Amino acid sequence: MREARGGRAARADVPPLPDDQADAVQAVLDENHRDPARLLVILQDLQHRLGYVPAATVGPLAKALGLSRAEVHGVITFYHDLHAEPSGRHHLRVCQAESCQAAGGAAVWAHLESSLGQPIGATTADGALTTEIAYCLGLCAASPAVLYDERPIARVTVATLDRLVADARSQS
Amino acid sequence: MSVRIFVPGDALSLALGADDVAVALTAEIVARGLDAQLVRNGSRGLFWLEPMIEVEVDSVRHAYGPVTADDVAALVDAGLLTVSAHALALGPTEQIPALAAQTRITFERVGVVDPRSLDDYVAHGGYAGLRRAFEVGAEQILADVEVSGLRGRGGAAFPTGIKWRTVAAATATPKYVVANADEGDSGTFSDRMVMEGDPFCLVEAMTIAAFVVGATHGIVYIRSEYPQAIDMMRAALDTARAAGWLGPDIAGSALSFDVEVRVGAGAYICGEETSMLESIEGKRGMVRPKPPLPAIEGLYGKPTVVNNVVTLASVPFIAAGGGDAYAAHGVGRSKGTLPVQLAGNIARGGLVEMPFGVTLRELIDEWGGGTRSGRPVRAVQVGGPLGAYLAPHQLDIALDYEAIAAAGGLLGHGGIVVFDDTVDMAHMAKFAMSFCATESCGKCTPCRVGSTRGVELIERIQVGVRREANHAQLLELCDVLEHGSLCALGGLTPMPVRSAMTLFPEDFGLAPGGA
Repeated sequence: MREARGGRAARADVPPLPDDQADAVQAVLDENHRDPARLLVILQDLQHRLGYVPAATVGPLAKALGLSRAEVHGVITFYHDLHAEPSGRHHLRVCQAESCQAAGGAAVWAHLESSLGQPIGATTADGALTTEIAYCLGLCAASPAVLYDERPIARVTVATLDRLVADARSQS
Repeated sequence: MSVRIFVPGDALSLALGADDVAVALTAEIVARGLDAQLVRNGSRGLFWLEPMIEVEVDSVRHAYGPVTADDVAALVDAGLLTVSAHALALGPTEQIPALAAQTRITFERVGVVDPRSLDDYVAHGGYAGLRRAFEVGAEQILADVEVSGLRGRGGAAFPTGIKWRTVAAATATPKYVVANADEGDSGTFSDRMVMEGDPFCLVEAMTIAAFVVGATHGIVYIRSEYPQAIDMMRAALDTARAAGWLGPDIAGSALSFDVEVRVGAGAYICGEETSMLESIEGKRGMVRPKPPLPAIEGLYGKPTVVNNVVTLASVPFIAAGGGDAYAAHGVGRSKGTLPVQLAGNIARGGLVEMPFGVTLRELIDEWGGGTRSGRPVRAVQVGGPLGAYLAPHQLDIALDYEAIAAAGGLLGHGGIVVFDDTVDMAHMAKFAMSFCATESCGKCTPCRVGSTRGVELIERIQVGVRREANHAQLLELCDVLEHGSLCALGGLTPMPVRSAMTLFPEDFGLAPGGA
């Protein structure tokens, strides 16, 4: 089994990237001039195209940018926004910071968790909605607040959340 | 001439339904063949009145709010395009008491101008600061910024003039100007309002900074939670570049300077300046030890001005009118105005720009109208998640960096979050530690490990396990965090924790006075 532990043999086991991922990697590298100082931008752009940053893209990105795989992996894991797994078709960022807590957020978020049957920070089984914890959306003069995809919503109530969940699921 | 109707397009107005109002208004205008056009301005910051629309009649803007899409037809019937006495009418905007009593300097144009129009910006005094800078030279502007007494509004309150002078004196090139728009503190939104309501002000300010210190590149680092601000800043940069206000030989001067937007990725710590620089360089946002200061070795190891958005947005006024005009406001060493943000459980949340010296009680009771729930105020957190909690008996403190510090708190970015008497302060203390644990970059041990230990200790205190001993240990842990952390996240997390324990011991099951 010595070969399997060697770097070269191990890499030979890595399957080639699916075409869509390979194309996306090439495109975001080209758009960012293969500049390693733009790694975060490259990863954001890649996620924008694919919905997440697949683990299999780490190697090709590292190689093209002259970085180690650890450096690329480290950046992906550091930032809450970057996902290594596919996420839902819609994203709901739920603010759990102080202002939203002060304005009754906890009860509203508890309703969301019980109606989805899972904690905030997970994707629904039908792939419709990923909920994420946010710490402040800058909508604090009318807390509690959420960001549904890129749409801000304030003075959120249980009814607001029911409507958003239904909206996400209706577009499945 | 067609009548201009202003419908705010800032994120919180949108969050309260401004787009629906705009759609309904457009439909009415088309259906009735009215001679009117919509302008999507920023918000005036009176958010309990948003969506607040304004109609310009004979050069005076008349406000109506809060307007819903369902109100639009009735408003038009009542004579919206002339001056109407509809129930939602608020009278001339500038005479609304909550606005008329403010001292708007930094926010002079926010909510007034069309943020997508460079012409409108210039018509409202825009680029007067940069023009004067080109006339009088960098040294005079530096002197003005020093005389103004302007201090960093991001939280650290460091004198802007000293920072700029350090970068100006540095010999290494290229130099950078970074606008910190990673406004992560709960209860704050003034950076967002500037970017969405007066983006060219930030562009001009960064250009003035570049002229003064000799920088060639600028970056606005905006958090991803602000999609509208990101779009607005990108649009403003493109417009400014097309008009020759960015790029080579700006406005016929020898200055070459351009600015790029970088988007954050959901890391609170990246609001810390050295972590932000690492992030811009494409790395994990790990805090750097200081020194070296970013002014000497900042982005890519080069001299860098890192200023908060509101700090920068105060600069064009100073550059245009001189430092004395700004320093005429304020008290003691806190010169000028502070855009305060009223948030949390507050009846009239919003932005209040006032000279330093106004008291917390005035802000919360008179401006904010007390709690939204109608229950008594029990605690107030000033200065974001790292700021101290204050009790009602402390609210006569004047807003002034030194006065707040003397009371054991910090003014931070000017956010005020109000809690009513249903708040559990042990829970809030635990939240502060837990937030630190989640957002710690992991570089230094006190913050990385201490925050998690802090959560555990507070949980034990809450359930009554060796309460006094765990309380004593928590206080010791707070000392370690305060003195042993590299940056303000670990260093200041003890502030909300300690203040909660001292002021509200009963929530922890502790005797008054504590151990």
